[in-house]
Amino acid sequence: MTVTVSKPNTAWTSYSDWANRHRKWLFAAPAMIIVGLLIIIPLAWTLYLSATDAEGSVRADHDFVGLANYLQVLTDTTRFWPAVGRTFYFTIGALVLELVFGMCIALLLWRPFRGERWVRVAILLPLVATPVAVGMMWRLIFDPNIGFANQLLGYVGIPPQPWLSGEATALPTLIFVDVWQWTPMVVLILLAGLTSLSDEPDEAARIDGASNWQRFWYVTLPLLRSTVIVAILLRSIDALKTFDILYATKGKGGGSFHEVETLNVYAYGLSFDYNDYGVASAVLIIFFLLIIAMMWLVTYRRKGKEQ
Amino acid sequence: MRRAEHGIRMSDGDNGVDVKKSVLRMTGIATAVLLAGGALAACSSGGGDGDSGSKTLRVTLANHVWTDIIKKKLPEFKKKTGITVKVAQFGEDQLSDQYNVKLNAGSDDIDVMMYRPLQEGKLFAKNKYLADLTDDVKSDSSWDWKDFQPGPVGSTTYEDNVVGVPIITEQEVLYYRKDLLEKAGLEVPKTMDDLKAAAKKISEENPGIAGFVARTEKSAAVTQFSSFLYSYGGEWTDKKGKASIDTPEAKAAYKMYGGLIHDYGPKNVSTDMSWSEAMAIFTQGNAAFYPEADSLYQNATDQTKSKVADTVGFAPLPAGPAGSKPYNVPSWALGINDASSNKDNAWKFIQWATSKKMTLEIQKEGVPGARQSVWEDPAGTATYPKDLAQAIAVSTKNGVGHDRPLVIKVPEAREIVGQPIVEAITGGDSDAAADAANPKFQQLLDDEK
Repeated sequence: MTVTVSKPNTAWTSYSDWANRHRKWLFAAPAMIIVGLLIIIPLAWTLYLSATDAEGSVRADHDFVGLANYLQVLTDTTRFWPAVGRTFYFTIGALVLELVFGMCIALLLWRPFRGERWVRVAILLPLVATPVAVGMMWRLIFDPNIGFANQLLGYVGIPPQPWLSGEATALPTLIFVDVWQWTPMVVLILLAGLTSLSDEPDEAARIDGASNWQRFWYVTLPLLRSTVIVAILLRSIDALKTFDILYATKGKGGGSFHEVETLNVYAYGLSFDYNDYGVASAVLIIFFLLIIAMMWLVTYRRKGKEQ
Repeated sequence: MRRAEHGIRMSDGDNGVDVKKSVLRMTGIATAVLLAGGALAACSSGGGDGDSGSKTLRVTLANHVWTDIIKKKLPEFKKKTGITVKVAQFGEDQLSDQYNVKLNAGSDDIDVMMYRPLQEGKLFAKNKYLADLTDDVKSDSSWDWKDFQPGPVGSTTYEDNVVGVPIITEQEVLYYRKDLLEKAGLEVPKTMDDLKAAAKKISEENPGIAGFVARTEKSAAVTQFSSFLYSYGGEWTDKKGKASIDTPEAKAAYKMYGGLIHDYGPKNVSTDMSWSEAMAIFTQGNAAFYPEADSLYQNATDQTKSKVADTVGFAPLPAGPAGSKPYNVPSWALGINDASSNKDNAWKFIQWATSKKMTLEIQKEGVPGARQSVWEDPAGTATYPKDLAQAIAVSTKNGVGHDRPLVIKVPEAREIVGQPIVEAITGGDSDAAADAANPKFQQLLDDEK
């Protein structure tokens, strides 16, 4: 009681006392609320929907069906498992090519040369283009009848290729588009890593008579490992989730034979085309778990090596 | 381990306040903030409606010539009623996505919606997204609901309740190149076999030009294939409502539609073509025959869009064994969002946009409407190419009232019944594909019962 006498008990001071005592919650609150609203609640809602037979409208009556949706999805060999296969084929194909090309370009740009700044800007250009616009552009270039790609092949006497319209060639063509667009980002990351390296180990190796390849493989690459892992993580998450260029070039369902239908495209079709919200949610939850498992593998392996 | 230690340290630094208690309080605060936020949001939207509900109408429309004309005429509506119309305009697929998200959430920021009765009508009506207009359509006898063609009206009626007003109708006709036919010394094909022979002759005599082009993407192709199906005596379902896409008639239709593209279509044909891609091939002068909806005819006759504007002709769909039976369908309608708080004004807008006068004016600009009186009025078809008007007249007489299976899950059904088309286009075994598709289609029908 004596405390109140020495300090006027206005609303403001009591609030400020309270705020002082809880400052860590107070400062974290905006971020926590946003995470809750935008990530946790939608995730929980999806998890809930995945255990119901919701279809047509989410406001319509729906029943709890337990794991039936998951069972249906996991035993579906016509759409789901091929989509899983395509997702990983696309991701791994794009990732490997992007890392190899990215590393080559980063090494070339590493040492200063004339006109370096212009070359760097030019190489980064695909990165700033909007993916949907990129998809539209390549769709025109790869058009089997009026596209530029087949005309170019015609000049050197190669017969026209189906590119995006072929059942077997569509996904590799899209991997090419992804590589075209995202290799610059890998270059950017690797270049940042390279610039931060000290010259000394490389110099020491050179004095010891190591060849260029040996210097790269045994000195530069191991030093760059954590940067490479960052590049792998960022690109693989992005590539797994790719939707825009697939949808912009092949539309709903990933083409007439579902030839480019990855998990994301499949879930979109289930939800927006079929209005099968229960099954779509189950696919998304499985997809989510797959991504988490992959990320855990990458980071776990990294920790294991470091120790 | 490290994480656990960290947690203990955090609670130590909290002036000895019990961790549990503070977590509880935190949850309380979070809830309070959330509730306050929700209340505020509710207030603001409520207030907004009170102020502008009577004056502003939110109308969602598809990219279409119809929409362009209506937008030009909106000032007239504002003058007449004092209502400001805000138009949101989307492509077909984006429009569907918009509706899926907003109507699912029960949002009231759509008042009037342009929708496809045959594609989404049943689903929307079943979900109660569409307001009941039964009393509204009967309220004004000079606007005259009875003037609308019975076929279109049937498809905007759900369980005896009117839920939409049809605005655009579509018939399938055959687009062809007069110059190529003349060069080959051929008549306009009257039967499917004539069509096949003509396509063969033209593609053989003109290297680089396809005898025939049509939609190839499996969902998009279904509607244009439907007229082939009916003309061969087939149907999606038989009289008992059982799937019937594996009948000899249906198989022959699949073979004809897909075979024409496979044998006489463009080289390297892709299976991703919807109307815009197929139309581009035709208007670039690279194909002789093209079956398509008449409502798109201006793409072929407009000098700025088409290289063949002077040489394009229109004919009724060639007859199959069962005659010429093209579809004659309402492709778009206007409905009112059931969650809208501005339904009276929404109805005023629909009444204005679908009046006899407006329908005539829009039809003069090349968009076929659904009013019988406008079709009977010579002015209603005066601006059409003569052969097109004749072809449409034939189509409206023999027409079938649907161009896709009449189910709730239309997109899924289209993918199933479209598979044999794609198989035939790529030179596969379309009979086997039809046999495989039929039980899948039956399954979908059973699930909807």
